[in-house]
Amino acid sequence: MVEKKIIKKHPLAIRWFHWINFPVLGVMIWSGLLIYWANDVYRLGWGDTTILKFFPDSFNKALNIPFRLAEGMSFHFVFMWLFALNGLIYVLYLLFSKEYKLIFPNKRSLKEAWQVLLHDLHIRKGLPPQKKYNAAQRIAYTGVIIMGLGSLLTGLAIYKPVQLYWLCAMLGGYEWARAEHFILTILFVLFFLVHIIQVILAGWNNFRGMVAGFEVESLPPPVEDPEFSEATLDANSEPLKM
Amino acid sequence: MPVFKEEILSTEKIRKKTLLAFLFFFLFLASCIAGWKWLRHQPEDAGALRPLRSVLNFNEKLFSNLISNDHLAKSFADKDAVHKVRVNGDAGMSNGFDPATWKLQLVRRPGDTLYITLDELKALPKTDIIFDFKCIEGWSQVTHWGGVKFSDFVKKYGLDEQSSMPYVALHTPDNQYYVGIDRKSMLHPQTILCYEMNGEPLPMNQGAPLRLIIPVKYGIKHLKRIGTIYFSNQRPPDYWFERGYDYFGGL
Repeated sequence: MVEKKIIKKHPLAIRWFHWINFPVLGVMIWSGLLIYWANDVYRLGWGDTTILKFFPDSFNKALNIPFRLAEGMSFHFVFMWLFALNGLIYVLYLLFSKEYKLIFPNKRSLKEAWQVLLHDLHIRKGLPPQKKYNAAQRIAYTGVIIMGLGSLLTGLAIYKPVQLYWLCAMLGGYEWARAEHFILTILFVLFFLVHIIQVILAGWNNFRGMVAGFEVESLPPPVEDPEFSEATLDANSEPLKM
Repeated sequence: MPVFKEEILSTEKIRKKTLLAFLFFFLFLASCIAGWKWLRHQPEDAGALRPLRSVLNFNEKLFSNLISNDHLAKSFADKDAVHKVRVNGDAGMSNGFDPATWKLQLVRRPGDTLYITLDELKALPKTDIIFDFKCIEGWSQVTHWGGVKFSDFVKKYGLDEQSSMPYVALHTPDNQYYVGIDRKSMLHPQTILCYEMNGEPLPMNQGAPLRLIIPVKYGIKHLKRIGTIYFSNQRPPDYWFERGYDYFGGL
């Protein structure tokens, strides 16, 4: 019977938070687009030069975005509860399960993240030693939690700018809070793109980790029987010499 | 110290565990899609899908608790106010309206309507307000308005009993545009029956002779050209509510 080692990587709770967040954040971004369209003033550029308009008409048309403000608001202000609750429970879980120790960056993370980046760009060989996540992942996964909190706060500030005037003022006022809410959304989308690329590059075993919870590793060649013929041992160890 | 728990299993067992996990995963994805389809096929309640409408109503209950007369929309200096005030929408502003013969119809109770002229309103204490007017579309503009506080109006016309009802309704003279507003927001110290903009009489396209300015609400509630005001125990009809927006529209 062939045996392999399974390494239990992601607790069930984290997998739930992750996969619930995926469609919920999707609905939040989509309904946010429907809302943003009604006053689509943001662009990349300076003066009269525009490099990128948020969003080009072709983009709006392709996603059937125009003239759906009320619909967008109705979805946004319902799914916000799911997004907030799922995020809140996730953070509480990280704190109480001590899982946060594996995710939050430590004092070496910044330097190591740079090394990870160089490695991923094939500039540097070898990775610094890591536990569950490498330093770049620690920073990214903690950053995305902070972004979620930022989205909630900036969202709340533009949702109730009079009753929560102090929050709105803290974020630089109504117009700024709206811009920040938008920028955070763009960052979420960029995070998502990099995340998808990294998941594809990391391959099947890693993806299975987020679904089934475990990764699988082959066991080292069996050497427990000293009586086993030397020829077999040599055959087993040969590739190592090459 | 190892970070993860490990276990040695037969590949057969691992294959089973993996399959089972992916079965659950696809069930989860399928139920997400089914839930979404179910939601999209729900009947509409005032232009919004019914389950969403229920949550919007819940949001209203929750967030209306935040309203306080101490929570004021930020005031600005006169120099911050724009001179080209944006005109957005003309529902209820039908042709053939004569502001000279206009009188505000105040329905005190069914069959008891008081007709009030603009001069009578102007005789009440005037309140100026310069605030960041917020449209539900997402833009905002610092604008300067003048008029009589609704709470002063209530005092002057002895409407204590009426204004204890949960809702106030406002209609345009042609009844084509209408809003309903909760009493707390209506009695907020920044809510005014407005007859001036930038120190000048209100222009026609801004709702002359009298419009509502209610900084604790989105622009859709700032009804132009007020014809009738009445009080209600139920939610009065609301133009944009019927078109899928939330009733409250509170900021």
